[in-house]
Amino acid sequence: MDIHIDTDVCIGAGQCALAAPGVFTQDDDGFSSLLPGREDGGGDPLIREAARACPVGAIKLSGPPD
Amino acid sequence: MTDTQVTADAEIATDPQGTTAAQGTTATRFATETPVTTETPVTTEPRAATAAQATPVAMPGEGAPCAAEGAAREPAPVAFPQDRTCPYRPPAAYDPLRASRPLARVALYDGSTAWLVTGHEAARALLSDPRLSTDRTRPGYPATSPRLRALPGRRAALLNVDDPEHHAQRRLVLANFTLKRATAMRPAIQRVVDERIDAMLAQGPPAELVSAFALPVPSTVICELLGVPYADHEFFEEQSRRLLRSRVQQEVREARDRLDDYLGTLIDRKLQTPSGDGVLDALVDKQVREGTMDREEAVSLATILLVAGHETTANMISLGVYTLLQHPERLAELRADPSLLPAAVEELMRMLSIADGLLRQATEDIEVAGTTIRAGEGVVFATSVINRDESAFPGADTLDWSRSARHHVAFGFGIHQCLGQNLARAELEIALGTLLARLPGLRLAVPAEEARFKPGDTIQGMLELPVTW
Repeated sequence: MDIHIDTDVCIGAGQCALAAPGVFTQDDDGFSSLLPGREDGGGDPLIREAARACPVGAIKLSGPPD
Repeated sequence: MTDTQVTADAEIATDPQGTTAAQGTTATRFATETPVTTETPVTTEPRAATAAQATPVAMPGEGAPCAAEGAAREPAPVAFPQDRTCPYRPPAAYDPLRASRPLARVALYDGSTAWLVTGHEAARALLSDPRLSTDRTRPGYPATSPRLRALPGRRAALLNVDDPEHHAQRRLVLANFTLKRATAMRPAIQRVVDERIDAMLAQGPPAELVSAFALPVPSTVICELLGVPYADHEFFEEQSRRLLRSRVQQEVREARDRLDDYLGTLIDRKLQTPSGDGVLDALVDKQVREGTMDREEAVSLATILLVAGHETTANMISLGVYTLLQHPERLAELRADPSLLPAAVEELMRMLSIADGLLRQATEDIEVAGTTIRAGEGVVFATSVINRDESAFPGADTLDWSRSARHHVAFGFGIHQCLGQNLARAELEIALGTLLARLPGLRLAVPAEEARFKPGDTIQGMLELPVTW
């Protein structure tokens, strides 16, 4: 799965990291980023929850789930 | 006025035809999830509605209106906000609003009307819609209390600022409120919580939980995070109380001036002698000193972080404890399995919806579910009603740790979603979890209906919570 994070839109609420801690984290500035090695989501079923939890719609998912 | 008997949560929903539904289907659907059917009834004196001058709304129990009459008239706008009769439920007078989701017209205290958003999907869409402004200096911006008109020309940092200015402000402090930072603060939060419980055990029972625990815990934590001396807590807690609760505009202005003076002096001191490692120290060091932020903006930001950082969490702790004590089965589940705490905190956030009435103003016409919100009209978000939308939270009136409460809007949604939410979650988990673990006999020291809570025009919570153990 392709996960795109729009860091210009991200407000650093941390909802993605809370919903899917195996895929998302927050960088030193507080913005959303993907954990090393989990750029494709690693088939984590919580990715969709994370995208829905984002208050500003900064996370876009495309492609087939792994 | 007669006392209002508030019965089990699952019994108060009303269907769109206006007949009272016992939620039988929901109860059957969720039969395996141990629905709450025997909550302790809560009886409280109904208060005068906050917006008493607005058109009164028929209360349940006053007798159903004649059907022909009802059909002939436009429904009168419901007055908003109104005082809760049970501190963890929306006022019964909001029940008709549930039937007309996602939007309704409401009458505000000053006689003006506004749109009330009551549906979950509509709320998520509108709260992230850039055509809704949060700049309260705009002409015609709605207010739900005279307090909110006390400082007409003044915009609170973050809260009353639209993008792109908002984004620039938020990113200055963002890194201090990440999930990682909140996790790193857990040992410090645990220490603060344990110290307060030690003191309660040494001095009691009984104890008044708001002043002994619910307020000092988040107040101490935010002081440590920001770099504000906790020794001054009585002063800033009192000014915060006036800022958030006073109905006297002059008192609101004075509280604001005193907080400005206090935080301005603190910032000047940090400018002269850099000493601490708090958020305000970093702000002074990296922004004010280098000239990228002026002193006034720093004071405004400091005020909002300090006030929002302790009042809201304090209310969630006090009201959360009250709610748990009124739901003994849920309380027992939580004691038996502390791993339920994160889910329980989320569910309590949804159920209690303490910031009930977020304000916006449309800057352009916006189509919502076949209705047009016109440019200039006020929009109010009733989070307590939104967070009980059955389409998002089946069996919404029931407190249920097994549900997915994650998508509640108790922290708001969109660009203004609560900056401190990760810290708040950590504080609530530790405060509630530790209190239950260390005080196994915790119970109210007064009859439930005598516990005093806050009126509807401010953040919801307990005024006092006498407990024993």
